[in-house]
Amino acid sequence: MEYVVITFLCLGILLYFLLGGADFGAGIIELFTSTKNRSRTRKTMYQAIGPVWEANHMWLIIAIVILFVGFPHIYTTMSVYLHIPLLIMLIGIIARGTAFVFRHYDAIKDDMQWLYNRIFRYSSFITPLFLGIIAGSVISGHIDTEAKDFQSAYIYSWLNWFSIAVGLFTVALCGFLAAIYLIGETEDELDKRRFIKKAEYMNIAAVLFGAMVFIAAHFDKIPLIDWVFKNPVGLIAIILASLSLVLLWYFLIRGKTQILRILAGFQVTMILVAISYAHFPNFIRLKNGDAISLFETIGPQKTIYSLGLALLLGSVLILPFLGYLFYKFQKKEE
Amino acid sequence: MDDFLAARSQMALSLGFHIVFSCIGMVMPFFMAVSHYKWLKTNDEVYKNLTKAWSKGVAIFFATGAVSGTMLSFELGLLWPKFMEHAGPIFGMPFSLEGTAFFIEAIALGFFLYGWDKLNKWFHWFTGMVVGVSGLASGILVVAANAWMNSPAGFDFINGQYLNVDPIQAMFNKAWFSQALHMCLAAFTATGFAVAGVHALMILRNQNKEFHLQAFKIAAVFACIGALLQPLSGDISAKDVAKRQPAKLAAMEALYQTEKPAPLLIGGIVNEKERTVKGAIKIPGALSFLAHGDFKAEVKGLDQIPKDEQPPVAITHYAFQMMVGIGTLLALISLVYFIHLLRKKSLLEKRWLLKLFVLAIPLGYVALEAGWVVTEVGRQPWIIYGIMRTKDAVTPMPGIAYSFYIFSAIYLSLSVIVTFLLYRQIKMVPVLYNNSPSKTANH
Repeated sequence: MEYVVITFLCLGILLYFLLGGADFGAGIIELFTSTKNRSRTRKTMYQAIGPVWEANHMWLIIAIVILFVGFPHIYTTMSVYLHIPLLIMLIGIIARGTAFVFRHYDAIKDDMQWLYNRIFRYSSFITPLFLGIIAGSVISGHIDTEAKDFQSAYIYSWLNWFSIAVGLFTVALCGFLAAIYLIGETEDELDKRRFIKKAEYMNIAAVLFGAMVFIAAHFDKIPLIDWVFKNPVGLIAIILASLSLVLLWYFLIRGKTQILRILAGFQVTMILVAISYAHFPNFIRLKNGDAISLFETIGPQKTIYSLGLALLLGSVLILPFLGYLFYKFQKKEE
Repeated sequence: MDDFLAARSQMALSLGFHIVFSCIGMVMPFFMAVSHYKWLKTNDEVYKNLTKAWSKGVAIFFATGAVSGTMLSFELGLLWPKFMEHAGPIFGMPFSLEGTAFFIEAIALGFFLYGWDKLNKWFHWFTGMVVGVSGLASGILVVAANAWMNSPAGFDFINGQYLNVDPIQAMFNKAWFSQALHMCLAAFTATGFAVAGVHALMILRNQNKEFHLQAFKIAAVFACIGALLQPLSGDISAKDVAKRQPAKLAAMEALYQTEKPAPLLIGGIVNEKERTVKGAIKIPGALSFLAHGDFKAEVKGLDQIPKDEQPPVAITHYAFQMMVGIGTLLALISLVYFIHLLRKKSLLEKRWLLKLFVLAIPLGYVALEAGWVVTEVGRQPWIIYGIMRTKDAVTPMPGIAYSFYIFSAIYLSLSVIVTFLLYRQIKMVPVLYNNSPSKTANH
């Protein structure tokens, strides 16, 4: 059963990254859209993510519940030492979710829209930035459980070049995912062109920030290159990701939406695999060189058994229903 | 502000905020489903408009409830890491099931809100019901987790170790049923009165009378049934608390000395230093009866509880009085309403009755929050009753006061904005849903 639970944990994180990420990305796209096109982008975006955005964010809840039920030591270590970035991310989630709903359900469209829009755009940027910072910090080895002073315990655990680079990389990936997703959601040729352009820019940004992650890792003495290139799975994953990049550009120019979505999802998955596979089953790397492993800190047997069962049962109920939701509200291709 | 106090305040604030939104989010779908059903059966446009109008409210509340719930699932760890480290695997079962229920709710809401004219009409109705049922299930599961903190079960506590963990047994702890029942009825009552009251106010103002009258009727029935059943559920809870948590019961009733028979106190001012209550009305033997079903039974007072295991008395007592007082008032209003219905009088003539409902708009929620104060403050100093103290569970990170200030500001502004949005939704009812003949004639 522990494998079932760990699989769901990885799946939860991955799907949150892909679906929730695309969702944040939509806000990032809006942030980087010129004022004259904003209302059009907003409309397409609303039609595209309106019905599904709440469901997309449930993956975060699933992942966090698995963590605190099955791996309480990992959950509490993160909660204590990454308190501040988690807090900022949460404020982002609150601000973004409510602003998105408020701007649509405000019965009178007036100056308040300005406020909702501002909040929505900036929180769409800040939330994935801090998500990335948290993800980066977990593997960066800056978490110091023996720290004596406030700064090294609660600030430098996440405020370092590597974490910030991962954060920016995450933002670019989210924007990229969203742009790819939105291409298929609009009928208008002009809009399509605009989203393709956005996807190209975001992709370039992702490649640049990706390079920055490696540079930052070098300066922070994180053996990222070893993880990715000295491990067969990591190497294959990164090669596949690069290959899909080439294919992506090929199809991007031709605007083939379904293939693009699959490729973009695949690419991001491969990037996650490349970065994380080398230290699996270790989840958190600590400053003193130790690591907190999934298997070593897993909860009591009966808990894992019932958690696994609940997840399996839940997915039988959820997945068909969720699939139908996506299917039903997807704009059909001719 | 001291960090421990700040952490407790932040948790109380977050829960207090989340509870209101999640209750509305879990009850309103049922009102919607009734109205939707009537629209499908009668083809009366009023019901369709009403369903749509309510569904906008639900969307606003659901989103706010969802993000504040997400917040809470992190906050448990951010504020109480030592509690979660041990409790997570034991009381996590209801949370993992709740995750499923909540997910289904979110999917169903997506279908419901965006499904008008796109789905088969009965499937559409069904998705609305799914929102309500899974919302209710979420609520019950979360309360079951809270009940575990009051009535720990499903593990052996040996030498400070939590051994032989059985999450299923933990979920079905002794308090889950009485607490979940009380909470569900409270949710229906509070939301029902709030919604009915708002529509009553609009009827009194002579706006879109037909629309608001139908809305009022649906909400009022739920509210009144809930309010009339609540005293029964309260009785179950009281007997349960008397058995499991005598300290909490003693604090609720400010019973400093063990008495046989014990009187029930109504009102009164608690002096925590002198350990006395002044100016309360005493009903002899009534507390013995409520707690143990026997007018002569002994009720344990705080004198039998070690000093360092006693909860704050004044807060618990006042909150309990407030909850019971309002509960009684709402039950009386409900009784009047049902008598009125039996006599088949037109509501529109009875303005005083509508005014009573307007008065009750905030009351249900005040009682609901007071009830949570009773159960949470009454459990102190424990976070896991009898096992772990709240102060031992708090995060080592200093400076929690600042995060408390930030969240106070966030929740305050969210409350203001949501109220403002609802006000605007209601204000726009005449424009959005007015199908009166005079208006159509203009076209």
